Amino acid sequence: MASIVNQNAYGSALPNFRNLGILLRILLIVNVAALAAALVKSATLAGMWNELLEISAVVQPLLILSLLALIALNGALKRLPYRLGMLAVIVLELALTALLYAAARPLLAEAAPLQRYWLLVFIVTVMLLVYFDLRGRALSPALPEARLQALQARIRPHFLFNSINAVLSLIRQDPKRAEVALEDMADLFRVLMADNRELTPLAREVELCRQYLDLEQLRLGERLKVEWHIDKMPGDALVPPLVLQPLLENAVYHGIEPRSQPGVISINIYTAREQVHAVLRNPYQHQGSHHAGNKMALGNIRERLQLHFDAEATLSAKMGDDTYQVHIVIPYVKAGKT
Amino acid sequence: MSAAPLRVVIVDDEAPARRRMRDLLADCAQAEPLVVAGEADSGRAAVDLLSSRPADVVLLDIRMPEMDGIEAAQHLQKLALPPAVIFTTAYDAYAIRAFEVHAVDYLLKPIRATRLREALSRARSAKLPGRGVLRELQPAARAFLSAQERGKIHLIAIGDVVYLKAELKYVTVRTAKREYLIEESLTALEHEYGERFVRVHRNGLVARDAIRGFERADGDGAEGQWVVLLEGCDEKIAVSRRQQHVVREFGR
Repeated sequence: MASIVNQNAYGSALPNFRNLGILLRILLIVNVAALAAALVKSATLAGMWNELLEISAVVQPLLILSLLALIALNGALKRLPYRLGMLAVIVLELALTALLYAAARPLLAEAAPLQRYWLLVFIVTVMLLVYFDLRGRALSPALPEARLQALQARIRPHFLFNSINAVLSLIRQDPKRAEVALEDMADLFRVLMADNRELTPLAREVELCRQYLDLEQLRLGERLKVEWHIDKMPGDALVPPLVLQPLLENAVYHGIEPRSQPGVISINIYTAREQVHAVLRNPYQHQGSHHAGNKMALGNIRERLQLHFDAEATLSAKMGDDTYQVHIVIPYVKAGKT
Repeated sequence: MSAAPLRVVIVDDEAPARRRMRDLLADCAQAEPLVVAGEADSGRAAVDLLSSRPADVVLLDIRMPEMDGIEAAQHLQKLALPPAVIFTTAYDAYAIRAFEVHAVDYLLKPIRATRLREALSRARSAKLPGRGVLRELQPAARAFLSAQERGKIHLIAIGDVVYLKAELKYVTVRTAKREYLIEESLTALEHEYGERFVRVHRNGLVARDAIRGFERADGDGAEGQWVVLLEGCDEKIAVSRRQQHVVREFGR
């Protein structure tokens, strides 16, 4: 099994227990399981509530204690190899169960033997871990197929060939500028072709965006105007690589190229309440007829945000009368900490 | 070999791409005598340029703002002496497949000088892609209609059109400013522009956005006929009995 997992580009990992979305999922799943148990145990619908109350008296303290322990140990668990980490979580759960059992034994009228609780806790814990693993896989852009799709969404052949053509046009008259352009292109493609599973500092992503826009400027000249509002940008915030660049590519393709008049792309990045906000705006004309590429890029970025931050990150797109706006919110995670 | 150098026009919305094409043409000039007769940065500018200055070959980029290359080629065919067209594109999977099917000449950017030279030497004898082929290449509606008057081509932005009226061989195109005659079929235009126009009569299409209201004309019958009142144009267009449902739809 392990070897199969390793052949896949996706490396199994424990979920981030400090993530709100993950915690909510655990709470929800365990409580639904408790409800199901109550439903099975009681003969009547009315009796179910009593059963649920009794089960909750046992389940909720354990659940809260477990979550607190997992949050506290998250860093240590992350450092373990996946299988060892999984084992550690199971042992932790069983130990907590035993602890609670010992503490609460005098309070419980008729207590089942400890082994029974252990079995139940074991089953629920393993189920949850398997669920998170499957979910991680489903969202992972590193799965071969999804990876290919991601790559296609990111490199628009239109951009590549037009840029090469623009650089060719410079070589005779302005070799210095041609050199810079080729260097920018090399940097851009190095990132595009890298294994992009690790988070990267926001400052680096912004630098990449600048290089990309410089290349587009070469082709489009006066038609492309860029406004950066990044004075309050937290450069050390960690973001998935290529979270902004494909959006800018969309902005140029759908917003600037179909216009004969100059158009402005504005990029606004700031923090508010421990969250990083990125707002991209570009002009937009309704008659455009190539939306497929746009949706693909948005879907791809949304998936990657979900994988890294679960419910804590959002991406929303809004179409105004003549502008198009994408707003990304990501939890502020500083580089050097996870 | 004919003595007159080939007159070539470069059409591309990106300045560096035009500059590159100039360099390449200079490289080709020894083998294939030619002069660059002009440059344009959009399909629209190309049509304007070529209707006042004839040329033998147009190197026409496909993806451009305002009017793309394929539409421009369609309008250029109305010239008395239409130029040969060579399409250029960096990447356009759909168009390239269609070019292959219909054996239309095209060049992929970045373009090699040898390929350009071959295309230019073919251009003198090349057959023009037919109008039907070009229509097939561009499934979307054209942004402009074009009328030919005394050898020149007038472009009419489709947004300016108030109504279209079929008469014998022609269709009259009415804008707020004036009338044009075009050689097209009303049914084909109705099909091409779909929702933009509404049919009020067997031989009349009215732009939805231009409809100001309806009124009953004093007719000879017991109740007068409905007519359409138009924005920016004093004429009233009759609504036929069969299309009276249009009045009710707009009434709401």
